[in-house]
Amino acid sequence: MKKLMLSAAVVAMALGAASASANAADKFKACWIYLGAIGDFGWTYQHNEGVKQVQAELGDKVETVFVENVAEADSATAIERLARDGCKIIFTTSFGYMEPTLEVAAKYPDVKFEHATGYKTADNVTTYNAKFHQGRYVQGQIAAKMSKTGVAGYIGSFPIPEVVAGINAFMLGAQSVNPDFKVKIVWANTWFDPGKEGDAAKVLFSQGADIIVQHTDSAAPITVAEEQKKLGFGQASDQIKFGPHAQMTATMDNWGPYYVRRVKAAMDGTWKSQQSWDGMAEGTVKMAPITNVPDDVKAMAEKTIADITSGALDPFGGKVTKQDGTVVDKVDDGMILGMNWYVKGIDDKLPQ
Amino acid sequence: MEQFLAIFATIVTASTPLLIAALGELVVERSGVLNLGVEGMMVMGAVAGFGVAFATGNPYLGVVASIIAGMLMSLLFGLLTLTLLSNQVATGLAITLLGLGLSALIGESLVGQPIARIPNFHGIDILIVASFALAGLTSWVLFKTRLGLVIRAVGDNHHSAHAMGFKVIAVRYLCVAFGGACAGLAGGYLSLAYTPQWVENMTAGRGWIALALVVFATWLPGRVIIGAYLFGAISILAYTVQTFAWGIPSQWLSSLPYLVTVAALVVISGNRQLMRANTPTCLGQSFVPDR
Repeated sequence: MKKLMLSAAVVAMALGAASASANAADKFKACWIYLGAIGDFGWTYQHNEGVKQVQAELGDKVETVFVENVAEADSATAIERLARDGCKIIFTTSFGYMEPTLEVAAKYPDVKFEHATGYKTADNVTTYNAKFHQGRYVQGQIAAKMSKTGVAGYIGSFPIPEVVAGINAFMLGAQSVNPDFKVKIVWANTWFDPGKEGDAAKVLFSQGADIIVQHTDSAAPITVAEEQKKLGFGQASDQIKFGPHAQMTATMDNWGPYYVRRVKAAMDGTWKSQQSWDGMAEGTVKMAPITNVPDDVKAMAEKTIADITSGALDPFGGKVTKQDGTVVDKVDDGMILGMNWYVKGIDDKLPQ
Repeated sequence: MEQFLAIFATIVTASTPLLIAALGELVVERSGVLNLGVEGMMVMGAVAGFGVAFATGNPYLGVVASIIAGMLMSLLFGLLTLTLLSNQVATGLAITLLGLGLSALIGESLVGQPIARIPNFHGIDILIVASFALAGLTSWVLFKTRLGLVIRAVGDNHHSAHAMGFKVIAVRYLCVAFGGACAGLAGGYLSLAYTPQWVENMTAGRGWIALALVVFATWLPGRVIIGAYLFGAISILAYTVQTFAWGIPSQWLSSLPYLVTVAALVVISGNRQLMRANTPTCLGQSFVPDR
């Protein structure tokens, strides 16, 4: 009898699951894979804000699902599980997901894949990225104006093109104000470890930097800047709460409009594989309010932002001199997306 | 000089959480219990400490809360392994997973909130001083008092200790709770003094390093200090070397603390006599009284 009841319960559960999935089948399932936790208040947090916007704008027609804390090394399993679970479009939001995404995409040709910050596409794999280096250029100008020691400390995550392009754009911005501006670079070799990022900031301040720039995901560096009465920039989201007297601005990733557009396209069948690269003009890259600087610096930064948005200024426009002295007449998009060299003025070797 | 002091202070703050957590685990292992849940207890301490400091505005109350949170997690571990005799390795791993998940859930509303940190003098705060006192105290209790003798006896041969009339399970509960309190405090140090903020998974593997340091130190408190500071110092110096732009690959520098720790472990483990003298013989074994 007990056994019978048990099996009845199993059948009931199966039925329940079936009806639930029948309901879900009416909805378009859009899925995301996150590297960190949505509570990182940085990179992953901003992606999740975008997902919230998708849910808000497309409402009942779409079901959004996300998996957080997915290590790059074993992301293939997580991506494949989503593909099997009926996701129609899957966004993978870290550079290291590139190969796993392509691998799974080859097995599921009917599912659309979107890989953030990568450079390899397929028929059902789009890459998307944002021109974060536009924000770095603005930061460089502000840093060069505000620094007393003429040295900024830069915390990098990994020496991948996106980060290298950010460092170069930062220096080009700084050099447009102070040609002798210097940068000291520390690679944390992690995207997210508040302790290590904070340590790197402390070390850089002790080595003469008085402005901190970061390309890692937590708010630890700006917290250190606040404590040591130094200055810095927020990363990925507005981190003014962590550095009310330290944050001068922050480059914010605003993925919402892009996600809404792409999910809609996938729903009505107009989705095509592409390489999307939006910036300030499309609203994907936004700057937090400029604070803790004199009015003239603020005016300069705001003009630069307006010029980049309108297209009058391109951080990599014009001639760019590489570290080894060779001059590049025109840095095209492909060069930025695959950037593996420093600009002149950076006294450091790029780890290869 | 100022530069040197700043780097020194950074090394000290990086080493302190490792030192505190490792000292706690050392006592636990000396009593014959292997608790792999350090990371989970630590992260619970971090979230509880931060939450209380945020709610009350007092970081010291946060410290108390982090100790209690770590202790509660360890008592859960104790209940499962000591009373219900579950496998210590599996249970410890479960405690880590539970702590990471539960802390993320509890801490959801705390993300992005600023708090008043524990005050410090040139980067040196009261908990750093306390960590050294704790090391001294642990060493003294373990090797100079009767209580310490009982703890080591329980860890080395629980049947004999039981036959002599010592309450093996009670002693182990005490040690497990102490270990939990230390792990919680170490977590609280992260969220209240080291990087005063709460983010999910902010311990980032430090609990595991603390576990390794206990073996590294061959279960001796003095060596835990050496191990923790060696690890902290190499981590920070690796960053400092990067700022000199000598062109040493940063990946190599980042892995250096781990490489040095592994190398030291190999050397220490090679000394059979030392290992035999200090390894708690009953480490990881459940105790079932035979009468």
